[in-house]
Amino acid sequence: MTVTVLLFASYAEAVGRSTIELEVESGATVRDVIDRIREIGNATRLPPTPMVAVNEQYASRDRELRHGDEVALIPPVAGG
Amino acid sequence: MYSSIVDHPIDVAAIIERVGRAANGAAVLFLGNVREVNEGLEVTGIEYTAYRSMAERELASIVEEAAAVGDTNDVAVEHRLGELVVGECSVAVAVGHPHRGRAFETARYVVEELKRRVPIWKREHYVDGTREWVSAATSKPETQLVDIGDER
Repeated sequence: MTVTVLLFASYAEAVGRSTIELEVESGATVRDVIDRIREIGNATRLPPTPMVAVNEQYASRDRELRHGDEVALIPPVAGG
Repeated sequence: MYSSIVDHPIDVAAIIERVGRAANGAAVLFLGNVREVNEGLEVTGIEYTAYRSMAERELASIVEEAAAVGDTNDVAVEHRLGELVVGECSVAVAVGHPHRGRAFETARYVVEELKRRVPIWKREHYVDGTREWVSAATSKPETQLVDIGDER
């Protein structure tokens, strides 16, 4: 199945991209996606446990993903 | 209740107007402005970006929670994205309530939760031409103010 990974701000810079279509095995979790992304390019600059949102809502790393899910890696937020 | 992420300068008077009602003896306005110095470095401006759809959603949730906590529907917030220069307003929060205590508390709730949860990031531009993403460490909640008591 495929999930769409979104990267923002410093994470997008670290990986060099802001969107990645990722092929994962069914039953894959948020944690699996993080591990895969950290293997790409300079992505070791990403922390092992970033905040994550699935379909625009904060999610835990154990969250099981479904085909078509949008998985966003959220750098420390700094609004205001 | 009103919340919005915008790409244009914030109209502060319009935000205040949104929370004005005859029943409200108090209106509180908070403005977050771009500061000239951060962590000892001289700043020329800040670039704000967001995970926009989620930021809009999260901001709307915060306003709903604040309304419930503060027992008022007169809660309004606007956050600006894009390139801002020193002195410009990046966020405005307005709360109207019959009494000031709840108005202050509710406004504070919106500001602190916004800083904690809404997926917005800023990159500071410094006088020497360099740019740096601002980390959460520099935008952690400020010390809680003294409890002003209950005058609701």
